[in-house]
Amino acid sequence: MNALVPLVVMIPLLGAATALIFGKRPRLQRLVTLIVLSIVLVIGAIMLVVVDGGEPLMMEVGGWSAPFGIVLIVDRLSALMVVVSAAVLLAVLLFSVGQGLADGDDETPVSIYYPTYLILATGVFNAFIAGDLFNLYVGFEILLVASYVLITLGGTEARIRAGVTYIVVSLLSSMLFLGSIAMIYGAVGTVNIAQISQRMGDIPVDVQIMLHAMLLVAFGIKAAVFPLSFWLPDSYPTAPAPVTAVFAGLLTKVGVYAIIRTETVIFPGPELNPVLMVVALLTMVVGALGAVAQADIKRLLSFTLVSHIGYMILGVALGTAAGTSAAIFYVVHHIIVQTTLFLAAGLIERKGGSTSINELGGLLKASPLIAVLFFIPALNLGGIPPFSGFIGKLALFEASAEQGTALSYLLIGAGAFVSLLTLYALMRVWNMAFWRPAADVADYESPMLTNVSEAPNAPAMQQTRTIPKLMVTATAGMVVLSVALTVFAGPLFSLSSRAGENLEGPSTYVDIVFPQEER
Amino acid sequence: MTVSLVLLIVMAVMYASGVFLLLERSMTRVLLGFLLIGNATNLLILIMGGEAGFAPIVGGDVSSEEMSDPLPQALILTAIVITFAVSAFLMALIYRSWRIAKDDNVSDDADDVAMRDFASGVESENTASASADTEFGIRAEAAVSQARDLEREDERAAAEAADSAVAASDDTNADNHTGEEKR
Repeated sequence: MNALVPLVVMIPLLGAATALIFGKRPRLQRLVTLIVLSIVLVIGAIMLVVVDGGEPLMMEVGGWSAPFGIVLIVDRLSALMVVVSAAVLLAVLLFSVGQGLADGDDETPVSIYYPTYLILATGVFNAFIAGDLFNLYVGFEILLVASYVLITLGGTEARIRAGVTYIVVSLLSSMLFLGSIAMIYGAVGTVNIAQISQRMGDIPVDVQIMLHAMLLVAFGIKAAVFPLSFWLPDSYPTAPAPVTAVFAGLLTKVGVYAIIRTETVIFPGPELNPVLMVVALLTMVVGALGAVAQADIKRLLSFTLVSHIGYMILGVALGTAAGTSAAIFYVVHHIIVQTTLFLAAGLIERKGGSTSINELGGLLKASPLIAVLFFIPALNLGGIPPFSGFIGKLALFEASAEQGTALSYLLIGAGAFVSLLTLYALMRVWNMAFWRPAADVADYESPMLTNVSEAPNAPAMQQTRTIPKLMVTATAGMVVLSVALTVFAGPLFSLSSRAGENLEGPSTYVDIVFPQEER
Repeated sequence: MTVSLVLLIVMAVMYASGVFLLLERSMTRVLLGFLLIGNATNLLILIMGGEAGFAPIVGGDVSSEEMSDPLPQALILTAIVITFAVSAFLMALIYRSWRIAKDDNVSDDADDVAMRDFASGVESENTASASADTEFGIRAEAAVSQARDLEREDERAAAEAADSAVAASDDTNADNHTGEEKR
């Protein structure tokens, strides 16, 4: 079974090469990409079943044993993340295939789109199974370089402007990450995560805190945690709809995953937990306030993305198994729901010709199906019971109430407030874009629209375009998946609880790598 | 662990100049800043490898204490390759941005400017200073305005073709998308 582990990285990489060879034959490229991601989804599911049976998977690449060679590790958290991201990548791929077929591929130049997409997948999967800090860096770089290409796809002026912000910020965070790897190597003489964890206790606490803070800043930029989140709403909305959807769903979550690993395995101590809690509070509140002030749906969704990263950081910052489990559940929920919302926004853009709530109207009548596809994930993100957003938030609040400090109660209050603000922002979109009759759009006066800002030279109304069935099907599939998270919340939550318990203290993780060692 | 002071000073100077350049508006300078910071980080990894020693080849007549640590060098090699690839991409991006916008400045996000004006209640004209800060200054604009802008011409040709197509099939109605998006 251990042989399955490297396949998760190898198959997409080989698939990318194959897709590149067939650059002139788009149909074959699509087929290759689809098959590759389906295989990875199946492998991920098998790994999840095996790992959940209690047997973590570990692969020593090249046959070099643990501290010297590179190890790939799949525990419950990694397997869960691989499965969820493979599912999301597959759904978004179907969406973009539908869009590409309808538009004659001028939004997504086929010859490089699919290979780049697969390389992005390679990077994401590599980051999830890396058992070595430098391999994690390489995973990050693979996915970032692919994302640079995807975000500037087509090379229009707006995309290049947005891309530059994104690229420069990401480069900075990569350099910080590399610098902190160097420092950690200088301090403990290894880059193997399990061995770092064993040796970190021998380092003076102040040095530990410095290394810890450096890693957190590097990952915080990637995860878009508040003071480091400014780049996200500027850069995500201009990319093509499927690209934005997959970025919003996965890239920030890779950062969150890295933070979870840092907090539970490398630096399990509680020194920086209060700082993280304050940061989580600010991320939630500032992100939600940003969302309330936006007129553009994609921008608004980018701000809600930032604000909901705060919930996950809250779960991690608690430093308890309950908190980590809730954070893992929330990550899974948020990957799926946020991606679905961005896909729905893509459908709205095609149907209504704009993503600004100042311009849209009458969509409920024009397309009831899109209305449903937007409404369900919107309620889910806002945390309306019985959806998984509510369950995730409830679990987070319970975990923080367990801790019982003043700060954790403050965070519960802020979390509830932020979910109301999210709901308000999304329901305003609903009222304006779906309920408002199309005839009323010109000179419409409403207190709901007095406090939103929009760039004056924002792109004008585009031509509305037909919506291929495949795009709707892909979005509907994601909605069904998000509802399934609610229906099967029980098994999923117990799975994430087991994953969270594995991460209580670094010993479980270290035992995977060094099984015989007496601890 | 002893550290070579020269390496340390070189690294610090490279980091400082790199950060300075990274904060510039011109993308070419940002690229140079990124290269400096990347190499400074490589030096940092090298410094963390400890004292210099002999080539780490097992089986020779050098004892393992006298060898230098090979792992940081492997890490540096990987990092160099990544930096190289990313700078190639950045250069392509700068060239593309220079062709489209006629300068290589990082401009403010239009929505952010709108939000700032909205908050302060001022209607300011945004995006000042077109090409004052580029390497090429006004000469860049002159060069571009003289050059044939192939992309624009293609777009124009495509738009004209689309227009005539629409005119021809005027009565065959609505949902025919021309594939041409108004930018």
